[in-house]
Amino acid sequence: MGAANTDKYKSDGSAAGGLLEWVDARFPLLSLWNDHLAKYYAPKNFNFWYFFGSLAILVLVLQIVTGIFLTMHYKPDAALNASGIPAAFASVEYIMRDVPWGWLIRYMHSTGASAFFIVVYLHMFRGMLYGSYRNPRELIWIFGVLIFLLLMAEAFLGYLLPWGQLSYWGAQVIVNMFTAIPVIGPDFALLLRGDYVVSDATLNRFFALHVVAIPLALIGLVAAHIMALHEVGSNNPDGIEIKKKKGPDGIPLDGIPFHPYYSVKDLVGAVVFLMVFAIVIFFMPEGGGYFLEYNNFFPADPLVTPSHIAPLWYFSPYYSILRANTVNFFWIDAKLWGVIFMGLGVMIFFFLPWLDRSPVKSIRYRGPLFKGALAIFVACFIILGVLGTMPATPGLTMIAQVCSIIYFAFFLLMPIYTSLDRCKAEPERVTGK
Amino acid sequence: MKKLFLALLFVPLLAFAAGTEVHLDKAPDRSRDLAALQNGAKVFVNYCLNCHSASYYRYNRLTDLGLTEGQIKDNLLFTADKIGEPMTIAMRRAEAKEWFGVPPPDLTLIARARTSGSGSGADWLYTYLRSYHRDDSRPTGWNNLVFPNVGMPHILWELQGEQELSPDHKLVLAKPGVLQPAEFDAMVADLVGFLTYIAEPMANFRKELGVVVLIFLFVLFIFSYALKREYWKDIH
Repeated sequence: MGAANTDKYKSDGSAAGGLLEWVDARFPLLSLWNDHLAKYYAPKNFNFWYFFGSLAILVLVLQIVTGIFLTMHYKPDAALNASGIPAAFASVEYIMRDVPWGWLIRYMHSTGASAFFIVVYLHMFRGMLYGSYRNPRELIWIFGVLIFLLLMAEAFLGYLLPWGQLSYWGAQVIVNMFTAIPVIGPDFALLLRGDYVVSDATLNRFFALHVVAIPLALIGLVAAHIMALHEVGSNNPDGIEIKKKKGPDGIPLDGIPFHPYYSVKDLVGAVVFLMVFAIVIFFMPEGGGYFLEYNNFFPADPLVTPSHIAPLWYFSPYYSILRANTVNFFWIDAKLWGVIFMGLGVMIFFFLPWLDRSPVKSIRYRGPLFKGALAIFVACFIILGVLGTMPATPGLTMIAQVCSIIYFAFFLLMPIYTSLDRCKAEPERVTGK
Repeated sequence: MKKLFLALLFVPLLAFAAGTEVHLDKAPDRSRDLAALQNGAKVFVNYCLNCHSASYYRYNRLTDLGLTEGQIKDNLLFTADKIGEPMTIAMRRAEAKEWFGVPPPDLTLIARARTSGSGSGADWLYTYLRSYHRDDSRPTGWNNLVFPNVGMPHILWELQGEQELSPDHKLVLAKPGVLQPAEFDAMVADLVGFLTYIAEPMANFRKELGVVVLIFLFVLFIFSYALKREYWKDIH
């Protein structure tokens, strides 16, 4: 790079060639383009599951752009207007009715939140199917789990902003949860709320965190996630390293340049995604009460507690784990156990690269033990998700407890069943198309 | 494997299927019937807009329903001076709270907010407004099957008449009102249609635009898929 730069100048010091050369003499434009797109060699056998990474970036961009336009009209203000409606809630309806195309921007943003989690959950599942978290991709996975954590924070903070009944009481429940943490808990909850109850102060700090702090950190982590990926190269459905078999030109035999091959393929994926996205936005923007909860069309009322406070669907598996802890154990309150296990439920993903002891990466060559464990885990995750949206009854709580135990057993027993498993031999070269 | 997975997933989920609460009557669809929506607007402005506001809905938006600004000003503009103003009310909330226990809620979004597993918000409103019955134990003399111990008395009683609760918990019309039962149901359906419309005035346009957007995306899909095929034909 450094040596080549001198060739780009003429003897009088001006840059040779046109605008591109002028820029490239001052900024590593061509090398960025080549390293990440035109000469980034990706395995040629990516399947359906490999669309969700680029789709996650698409949704991130959609959320940022729609979010900027919403910020121009939204007011983070809990004061009541003459009709007794909080200004924040009224400003959302103002966007829906009086701002040109405001309804579309708002539905894109609210549906985008759910779309983000659908895409990210499928992206994570892809990683588990094909062992994408294994050596040498542990850091990619860790950055990814951090992105998942921040995404949860971003969604939780953003959900307070419309200042509806469930916005308000959901925030109340989650912030109160932190008071269970010994010693620092109550002070931490107070700091988070800025008040003793969820109030105008909470709304303003959640707004600041939602539109500035978390998005900045998210973008940084997404950049780190992609840089780490492009350093070691992509995994593939066979879970073998394409860099082990290179041609005389140093290019992996099973690799193809990301651009144009995957840029045109991901374009098809993006269009199909946008079709599904448009069906929700234009024909069912509430998503059956799962993307926009009906009770949230009532403005926040600190004096009326809703009979059933359900979190948004993407939190419900973890909410189920929280509620499944009903026993005071070892002199520790059930509530604190709930918070601990809910936190561990997310954090445990960080350790996945070191829990998996299988000699192969991809599910294609794994034995029945891992396949069965993954199927049971996914079933439990979905059941926990469904339970989390429903009021707790003793029978349902018992199902949630069983599923929670299986959830953790999947991770904690992984070193045992992955090393006992009867795996098949990996192929030398990638298979399929 | 896949069968095992599906069985694992659905057997416990079947156990969750639980009964719903109140049975709600299905509200007739008025979303494309401008005459019915105009009638609903008239009923809303005359009977509801004294205690309930619709403070996100502007009077001049009634032109959506085929009314002219002149018609709106002459016939419907009761609570505001200018046609661009929202449907607010003069009653103060503190006083309303003293009179009714709770201030009557703003109704702009009520049809969306009342949606639940039992039915749409329109179904809830349609059933609720037809489920008032006499109850001497209540301060207003009225109670409601869908909304027990409701603060609002039966505003439409002159039109519907007086219903009483039979011993087997059914509504019986004890004193007929000005309207026949079928006429009353149709009027409530118009009112509920109007409430559904103001909850999301752009709903019809949203669906029409959605069809156009999907057609565009489908064409884009054909071209992008052809482009992908062209680039990938050499990859084996």
